[in-house]
Amino acid sequence: MNLNKILKNALLVAIACLALSACAKKVSTGQLQGDVYTGTDTVEYLASGVPDRVFFATNESVLTTKSRDTLRKQATWLRKNSKINIVLEGHADERGTREYNLALGERRANAAKDYLMTYGISSDRISVISYGKERPVDSGSNPLSWSKNRRSVTVKAN
Amino acid sequence: MIMFFRYFLILFFLIPTSSLALIEVDISRGNLSPLPIAVSPLSLDKASKQSLKKILKKEDLGSEISFVVENNLKKSGLFNPLNKDSFLQKPDIAHLKPRFEDWALIKAQALITGKVTFVDEKLRVEFRLWDVLAAKEMMALAFTTVPSNWRRVGHIITDKIYERLTGEKGYFDTRIIYVAEEGPKTRRIKKLGIMDQDGFNTKYLTLGNELVLTPRFNPTNQMVTYLSYFRNLPRVYLLDIETGIQEVVGDFPGMTFAPRFSPDGKKIIMSFAQDGNSDIYTMDLENRIVERITNHPSIDTSPSYSPDGKYICFNSDRSGYQQIYIMKSDGSNVKRISFGKGLYGTPVWSPRGDLIAFTKLHKGKFYIGVMRTNGKGERLLTENFYQEAPSWSPNGRVLIFYRETKTDAKGEGFSAKLWSIDLTGYNERLVETETDASDPSWSSLLSN
Repeated sequence: MNLNKILKNALLVAIACLALSACAKKVSTGQLQGDVYTGTDTVEYLASGVPDRVFFATNESVLTTKSRDTLRKQATWLRKNSKINIVLEGHADERGTREYNLALGERRANAAKDYLMTYGISSDRISVISYGKERPVDSGSNPLSWSKNRRSVTVKAN
Repeated sequence: MIMFFRYFLILFFLIPTSSLALIEVDISRGNLSPLPIAVSPLSLDKASKQSLKKILKKEDLGSEISFVVENNLKKSGLFNPLNKDSFLQKPDIAHLKPRFEDWALIKAQALITGKVTFVDEKLRVEFRLWDVLAAKEMMALAFTTVPSNWRRVGHIITDKIYERLTGEKGYFDTRIIYVAEEGPKTRRIKKLGIMDQDGFNTKYLTLGNELVLTPRFNPTNQMVTYLSYFRNLPRVYLLDIETGIQEVVGDFPGMTFAPRFSPDGKKIIMSFAQDGNSDIYTMDLENRIVERITNHPSIDTSPSYSPDGKYICFNSDRSGYQQIYIMKSDGSNVKRISFGKGLYGTPVWSPRGDLIAFTKLHKGKFYIGVMRTNGKGERLLTENFYQEAPSWSPNGRVLIFYRETKTDAKGEGFSAKLWSIDLTGYNERLVETETDASDPSWSSLLSN
């Protein structure tokens, strides 16, 4: 993590604190909208300007406006790089039973897959795997950590 | 991992006894006054002591076996084993004819005595259960086995005593299969572990190279079905514990998970996920025929058969959220049974057939609870930050499950441990394991 990123995070946290103290009811902070993660802490990039992951609300597999935007960028990048195949890794947070979360992770990854397919990416290029709650990216036990873990990550397969 | 089921043969001999129905222990309620019981060290003659010491590296096997029994009885919550320092009578004499006044004096209501001998390379253990107040023998039994089986002898003795005093089968000569966990939360290493019900004789059945989850025994306890991420393809596997041979169950084009055996051991029931939809399937282990049981665009998972094999309870979010359903084993007559507040998961049918244990999430807390098979009579047994996956003891009196603790702001404090609790909601206990542990599954009785 570079200094810029650290500073940015510190700023976000500071804003979040201000927002919380100013108006305790307001849910939308710098990093959460509802309970969907909107920050960039854990996000990596498939190419410049192409984020690798989308985030979900608790128990949901519905794509948010921001997620659809991310996936359209991924689709554009995949169309330009037609030899690249991908794996969509679906994940859940630690606040659910193991078996249900395996199914939920699979459902989330498939929501991303379906969207990519509507933007012209062939299903032959996409495989899907669910890790349920087995591979959190953030080990914290708090709403922000959980929001980072409810995700579908697009990974290059070749 | 191989061969430890080899010496299962334990011979029983009934010693004639004039038993009348005497002491009884009520296990239907939380037992707040456990029965005071004296577990005398088993007597051991000099020659046997020497031979057994050589073979097993145990100073006094008679005491060791009595400790196994005592520990089991204590953990059941129904018995209060008395301190051995207060015993007045020597083990060998007590076993022949207890001086009941001495035992009554220390407030023992029941007394266990026994004798260990080593004859023809075999371990022979006999024990007697006495009713102290009535001054009567209640039961006498002897076992012959190989010396290395000595802990099992202690467990079988406990089962016999438990059954004699409560009128129900015990659960002590059993094993737990579970997932042993190590390493940081983001890169957890998981292995299949198996151990005796009291935490001894732990073995690991996989090496930790791939993620493994949710192991479950077959009815004869020789096979295990579980989920493995071998080659990064999450699939249900079948493992023969004795030979170590593993195979994938069925030929599915996607993830299979949440496996369990049917009560006759002939089928595996599991979920298969494809295109964002999980449904329940069975595979017959003899003819390999795969049958689809549910067909619904929602998530259907965590199936568990009723003990007679006629019904299946399962978890589905077809109502919008995770709830518990039951259906006939062919998939017909699907009925939702959970209607309380919150989300419900991991239904497991009790071996007695009358109850379904489950995990419940409500207002940020996790509960282990039970309800009748029609969904009525919900009772929550324990509340915590995170816990799930109950598994029944073979007599349906105890549940084992796993519990996770919070990771604090410094990234510390996380643990996963096995716990047990009585159906009554009392007697919650940590089940000790060598490593962190999750996904426990209780075997049936190894000997009957």
